[in-house]
Amino acid sequence: MRNPQLNKHGELQHLLTLDGLPRDIINTILDTAAPFTEVAEREVKKLPLLRGKSVFNLFFENSTRTRTTFEIAAKRLSADVVNLNINTSSAAKGESLLDTVDNLCAMQADMFVVRHAASGAPMLIAQHLQNTGRDHIHVVNAGDGRHAHPTQGLLDMYTIRHFKRDFTNLTVAIVGDVLHSRVARSQIAALTTLGVPEVRVIGPRTLLPTEVGKLGVRVFNDMREGLKGVDVVMMLRLQNERMNGALLPTPQEYYKIWGLTADKLALAKPDAIVMHPGPMNRGVEIDSAVADGAQAVILPQVTFGIAVRMAVMSMLGSN
Amino acid sequence: MQIPDAEVLCRQLAEQIHPHVTADTALVGIRTGGLWLAERLHEVLGIQAPLGAIDVSFYRDDYGSKGLHARPQRTEIPFDVDGAPVILVDDVLYTGRTTRAALNELFDFGRPARVDLAVLVDRGGRELPIAARYCAHTLAEPLPAAHNLELQRATDGALSLQLITRG
Repeated sequence: MRNPQLNKHGELQHLLTLDGLPRDIINTILDTAAPFTEVAEREVKKLPLLRGKSVFNLFFENSTRTRTTFEIAAKRLSADVVNLNINTSSAAKGESLLDTVDNLCAMQADMFVVRHAASGAPMLIAQHLQNTGRDHIHVVNAGDGRHAHPTQGLLDMYTIRHFKRDFTNLTVAIVGDVLHSRVARSQIAALTTLGVPEVRVIGPRTLLPTEVGKLGVRVFNDMREGLKGVDVVMMLRLQNERMNGALLPTPQEYYKIWGLTADKLALAKPDAIVMHPGPMNRGVEIDSAVADGAQAVILPQVTFGIAVRMAVMSMLGSN
Repeated sequence: MQIPDAEVLCRQLAEQIHPHVTADTALVGIRTGGLWLAERLHEVLGIQAPLGAIDVSFYRDDYGSKGLHARPQRTEIPFDVDGAPVILVDDVLYTGRTTRAALNELFDFGRPARVDLAVLVDRGGRELPIAARYCAHTLAEPLPAAHNLELQRATDGALSLQLITRG
């Protein structure tokens, strides 16, 4: 079976996950994103690539940063953007996901940007489009359940490449609630595909998937041990809303052991960068002084996110 | 066909442009060949404004059918376009579509006082109402579509024109 993200010419048809996405496609996305970063400095912050195309933002879960940056990216490519507020839409009245999609296709949708609490929802839509012969319509996964958040993973790779240049001599640590994190899964897939020799996962046993070691990462249950000598620290958000049962004592206790503070960060390389996908819980997984400190690249991540999403949408739009 | 010497043409082009250069003249090269040429002209003509570079990948009119160029590069316009007399530089003028794309992109940075086009070679075959004010060489006969005429730059910086025949 061919990779469901690629068309018969091996080009990107949908962006659903970074797991199994060929290295040259990831590199092409990162290379394509670079010239888009400059558009923000122009008088007219618009390029004509998606002129006349309709992009539908289908967000079945809350989001500020991702939805907004997708919207800005599509608008800078001159697309018409329709944001569906699912809470007040027909889905709340019981319409099925695929019925919603079919109705939007009848409104001449060209691209769906989908966030859903259920892992696999964007894939379901992509397969439905393929089964019904609508190959010209593209799907971008903007985060599905615990599965994947590929554009976040890509913008993180763009950020690392921007500050560190080369992936093949880096030690990267992913810290925190890996169990509930689709971001972590996309990061691990991209980092290993791009040839990062050492990817570490740091967190309490209760917040690490049981077989996380099989993803090709080194597992640390001691944060100070895990941070020693790393080039990049990727913090994860503690996902209170996804917690079922008592996986943790209290946020205060979590901060004491797993919060990134200046003294813990001092164990990493002196020029290590600190990343966070947002939204941050200050004083829970990261100390305010570190989040606003000289090593933090959290706001550049957001800016790069627009360029990376422009790259993805412009590549999909022509395939 | 006799391939003209790019170095000779480059000097002739500079001589054509020279009498019209003013203190605020700015140059913008179209990547990649046009930018090499613009780098030369910028130096030879002693242009004050920093050199601009345009990659027209995001403005091409065949994006819908051909998609993005494999590795688009940055467009950099490091001077204030508003009110500037701009000379757009390309190596070979053919259909005029690249020039059209570059003009559209340039105008997204501001409103230039005027825009002139400078090219090394006009190979004929225009599909748009576009003409070069400065042109070092016009081919006697339009080049057939299967031929590709492009500027090359050697490691020592020497410029030459290459004729490539497709399929």
